Order: sequence, then C-alpha cells, then structure tokens
Amino acid sequence: MTSSLLFNVTTLAYMASMVVFFAFLASKNKAIGLTGSLLAYAGFAVQTLAIALRWKESYDMGYGHAPLSNLYESVVFFSWTIILIYMFIELKYKYRIVGAFVVPFALLGMAWAQLGMHSGIEPLVPALQSNWLLYHVVTCFLGYAAFAVACGISIMYLVKAKSEESGGGAAGGLMGMFPPIRVLDDLNYRAIMIGFPLLTLGIITGAAWANYAWGTYWSWDPKETWSLIVWFVYAAFLHARFTRGWVGKRAAWLSIIGFAATIFCYLGVNLFLSGLHSYGSSKM
Amino acid sequence: MTTDQRSFLNSLWDFFCSLKLTMSLLITLAATSIIGTIIPQGTPPQEYLQQISPVKFKLYQALGFFDMYHSWWFILLLYLLTVNLVACSIKRLPHIWKTITQPVTVLGSGLEKSLPNVVSFKAGGEPEALQAKVTALLKAEFAEPVATENDGAHHLFAQKTPWCRLSVYFVHLSVIVIFIGTMIGSLFGYKAFANIMEGESVAKVVTRSEKEIDLGFSVLCEKFSASFYDSGAPKEFRSVLTVLENGKPVPGYEHRAIIVNDPLTYKGITFYQSSYGNAGEYRFLVTDLDGKNAVPVTVPATGSATLPDGSSMHVLETTPDIAPFAPGLSGPAANIEIHGAGGASERVVVYANHPELNIEHAKQHGKGPVIHFKGEEKRMYTGLQVAKDPGVWIVWLGCLLMVAGIFTAFFLSHRRIWVRIQHGTVTMGGNASKNQAAFQLFFDRLADKLKTECSGEKR
Repeated sequence: MTSSLLFNVTTLAYMASMVVFFAFLASKNKAIGLTGSLLAYAGFAVQTLAIALRWKESYDMGYGHAPLSNLYESVVFFSWTIILIYMFIELKYKYRIVGAFVVPFALLGMAWAQLGMHSGIEPLVPALQSNWLLYHVVTCFLGYAAFAVACGISIMYLVKAKSEESGGGAAGGLMGMFPPIRVLDDLNYRAIMIGFPLLTLGIITGAAWANYAWGTYWSWDPKETWSLIVWFVYAAFLHARFTRGWVGKRAAWLSIIGFAATIFCYLGVNLFLSGLHSYGSSKM
Repeated sequence: MTTDQRSFLNSLWDFFCSLKLTMSLLITLAATSIIGTIIPQGTPPQEYLQQISPVKFKLYQALGFFDMYHSWWFILLLYLLTVNLVACSIKRLPHIWKTITQPVTVLGSGLEKSLPNVVSFKAGGEPEALQAKVTALLKAEFAEPVATENDGAHHLFAQKTPWCRLSVYFVHLSVIVIFIGTMIGSLFGYKAFANIMEGESVAKVVTRSEKEIDLGFSVLCEKFSASFYDSGAPKEFRSVLTVLENGKPVPGYEHRAIIVNDPLTYKGITFYQSSYGNAGEYRFLVTDLDGKNAVPVTVPATGSATLPDGSSMHVLETTPDIAPFAPGLSGPAANIEIHGAGGASERVVVYANHPELNIEHAKQHGKGPVIHFKGEEKRMYTGLQVAKDPGVWIVWLGCLLMVAGIFTAFFLSHRRIWVRIQHGTVTMGGNASKNQAAFQLFFDRLADKLKTECSGEKR
C-alpha cells in the first residue's frame, strides 16, 4: 500500500461526499445528509493515514521530512485542514448542510493535486531545512482552511439573504435547509475567529523563520505582503461587526474577498509574481 | 479657545476615534499594498525604463511606487492607523476600566431589563438564610459574590475574568510595540553583505545603502563547501568561520560551521549563509592551427579574457573528468564561450587530454585559434548576509502580546451574574461579553440549581 493510492481513495471519498451532499440539498433527507458527513470523515481518516505514510516513505528514502515541502504536498495538506475545520464546525454547531459548500473546496484541492501535479517525494533544499517549516506551514494552512470554511458559509449567507429579499423565504424550498441568516452570520464570524489567530501565528512564525535564516523578519517580499493584505482584510472584517453599515451582507463580502486574497497569497503569488516562496525551487 | 475651534477639535477627535476610519484605513492599506507586489521594488531605473514608458516612469517615481512601502503616503497611512487605534483606545478605555474596577453590584430594574438572561421565582424563608444559600451556590458553581444591601433588598454580584475586556487594547498596544521595534531596528541596526574568500578575513561590511561598517572584529572564512543531491538540487551550503579579535581567534568562535538556517552571532552581529561563488581562475594554452605562437591565457572565474586575435572568452563550466559525459574521452574539459571581434559568439568544449579534438574543431570553424584546456585553480568564496537588529526582541515581544491578546479577546469572556433577594422573590440575571449561547446554557443550569437550593429541598 502506498500513500499515493490512499490519496486517490481520499479524492474519491470527497467526491462521493460532495455528490451526496448535493443530493441532501435536493432531497432534504436526513439519512443522506449523515452519509455525506460520514463519507467526508472517512476520506479524512484515509487522508490522515496517507499523509503519515508519505512522511514515513520520505524517511525510507533517506530524506526524512514532513510532507509539507512542495506545491503538491501543500495542496494535499490544505484539503486535509479544510475538512478538519469543517468537522470541528459541524460537530460543534450541528449544521451539516455547511458541508455542501465546504467539501467542494477540499475536493478541488485533492483533484488538482492528484491529476495535475508531480507527486514525487523530493529532498529538502537548504532554505527549507528547518523546524520552522512545520510550525509555519501548519499554522498558515489551518488559518487558510478556516477562511475557506468562512467563505463557504458567506456564500450560503448571500444566497439565503437574496432569497429572503425576493420574498422566497418561509420554510419551503431549498432555503429551508439553510440555517437562519443570523446563525450563518455568527458561524462566519466564528470560523474567522479560528482563522485569524492562526494566520497571525503563521505570519509571525514566517517572520521568525526569515529572521533566523536571512536576518530579516520582514522584507516586503510579495508573499509576505499578500499575507499582510489577507490580515488587513480579516482585521477589517472583525472591526466591521462593531461598525454601523458594515454588518450583514458587506461583512459576508469581506469574508469572500478575504478568501480570494488568501488563495492569491497561496497560489497567485507563486504563479504570477516572483519572490522567496518558490515551493522547492533551488533557491538558497 | 473659541467655540468654532472647540467644535473643530471635537470633530477632529471624533474623526480619529471612529471605526469607519479604521475600516477605510485597513481596506486602503490592503488595496494599496498590492501595488508593490506587482511593480518590482528597488530595481535600478534602467530596468524599469526597458519595461515602461518614460512618462509612466516619472509618474510612478513621483508616487513612490518603486519603494512604495517606504513612500511618504504609505508611512502616513500607517501613522494614521496608529493614531486611530490610540484614539479609539483612549476614548473607550476609561469606560471599560470602570466596568472592571467599579462593577455595578446592585441589580436595579434598569439593569434587569438590559440583561439577556433573567429568571425570577418565589422563595420562602429569611432573606439572610436565602442569601447564604445563594452565596454558597455561586461560590461553588461560578465565583465568590459581593453582597450589598440596598433599600431593604439583598444584592449579590459575582463575575469571572473581567480583565479579558482589556485584551483588545493589548492587541492595539502590540501593533505600536511592533512599530517601535522596527524603528529601533532601522535606527540602530543595519543589514549588510560580505563576500569572503577561503583563507581570507574581513573586518568591514557594506550595507544595502552602500555604507561601509567597521565590525570591530574580523571574520575569517576557513572553508566553503557546497554539496548536492543526486538530482542536482542543492543539499547543503557550509562555511567554516573563525572570529578574530586583534588577529587572534576568539575562544568559542573558532572553526564554527554555519549553514542556511543556522547562523553565527557574535557581539550582536549575526552572519547568515547566503550565497557563494568561485573566484578562482582557469588556464588555457592558445596556439595557431599549426601549433605555433603558443600563448598561455588565464581566465578569471568571475570574468573573461582577451585572446591574441582580439576575441574574448569566458568559461561556462568545467569538469575534472569528461568520461561520464562523453564515452571514450577522459580528463578535464571546459565548456567555454568565445565572442568574436565581429560580435558572433560560439560555445565549444575544449579538452586537456585530447589536443587533436581541439585542433580539429578549430579547423572545422575556420582559421583558429586552437584552445587547449590546461586546468584550473578553484577559489571559493562565501557570501554572508550580515545583520544587526537591536529592535528585534521588541518586535517579538509585540508579536507575543498580539497573539496572547487575540486569543484572550476571542476565547475568553467576561461573565457576570447578579442576584436580588427582595420580598420573598429571588431574581437572577447575567450576561457575557462573548459566546452568548454557551453562557445561556450555563445560566439556565445555574438557575435550575438555584431554584432547587432555595426551595429548601435538600438531597
């Protein structure tokens, strides 16, 4: 059994979970909803095993590093953290339907990694040979994942708000499945309350690492700057709660813009801009 | 002061205290920060002019886009944010401070109406006996209450973690602490660079603004080595350094290996492995086609050399043994690039052990010259990043304060409970600064216990 096989199983489980969640949306059958959740949990269990196995495989190859060192590994880990945060929110607040809007993000990551990326285990270049790699990547991605969940919830919020405005509210229809608008607003805030401290820790561990490796904790490198942009957007979101005219829809939009900035920070910077975070390029 | 001035100052103060300003500043900072990630920062002007028109260049330069994070308007935005968060804190802190230090200990009717959680029930018995029961319950289940008698009513007040209301202000303070740390770093510290040849030492380093700095000691590079994985990816860059004071090695700072992610610090100055290179030289023998007019030519690894016919050459790479790349051949070889006087250039591999191949190549390509590779002297140098930053610990202190502040602000809640015993009625009310849903569960359970206690049914 290899980690690669298990990652394929994970991808299939998330895909099945998403399809079942969509069926749940259409049918409103509670048993189907439970199946959707269980499939996501099963996928998560297999993925956890696969990540552990890949870690072991790297030791068997004589490299011995956590599987967080290149784009493939980071996308896989991102999917894992999205499901982790989703499970936390679902178990704590009991709104299963959120899965229909969150699992697709995890599936997208896994599918892209499995189909479109080179998945070989490579040794670490000198710049990445540090324990800070683990702390930095784990905190950043847990934060990103919480923002992904918040984005899914914000989309639900806007859909629900729109249908209520057009008078299609009441208990009937698809919208009856959605949590009340006030609850969605609260869940959005709670997801960002998880993400924001983690992002802050991610930026600080990154700065500490940069200082230890290069002697500069902040150099306005595009990746650093984009992480600060994301931080500004969510800081604005947190203050929006106390500002007249900024609650509700505008806050939901801030959350979506924040996640778009997060994705640009994670992928866009590497694809379109140059800088220090080249994911395992041979930079020193 | 006239009333006009006063009202102007008042509206200025209100402007700086407003959360709308906070929102605008955060969003403006986020949006404008994008500019510096798209336009390369601190590149020489010529390179910009190859990409953009002179008009655009002048405009961008006037707006400070080429060093935008240090431009006057970006710094101004940061100052405004600082003033904004200080003003907000000054405005709100006294009220919060009063809430913490002088809590309302009496449950009046106005307060009762404002509370989201209230229960009220009849209970028999002496007020003093009831008070004792309630006190014991609150102490066991929540926190020790304060008792107040007012207008014949007995009031009890208990609270948990009131100080967590201050955490937001610690987060705001942390931003200022971080700014102070960065300012100290930029005023009293520097970032510099030093290339040191193997076997040589430096006592001075050059900063990014090209200022020379005397270290007060010197650093000797004993050896530099680079190792690679089979795939060709770099594995380790290692310099062995010794710190010298007055030319003598400093005990504890001799033969210290530094690698990327493991620097050396001496007297507050830290040396980071950053780059490396070869400053050695390659030796060639250049002749005519018939082997006459032999001239030795030395090519520095970092430059090029002129050949007798006026063309110039530089070395792309060398190998001590060509056999793995070209079966049947052996010995050292060099891949060189020759720039003819006419501007044409060609790349060719020349050998040490196969002079006939060198001649054959020259014949194929005209009249020569013939170039023979004679060997090389490697002289590695290490490139060190040198940094002194006395403010960095203040920055870390600020970061610590920020993280602690954010966690307490998000996950701790100031919870308060009031109980009033009056005319045989017990009224309990409570609120929480965060996480109302969880507090409501707790409050309902406490209310049930209170009813059981006061009805006198002992288990």
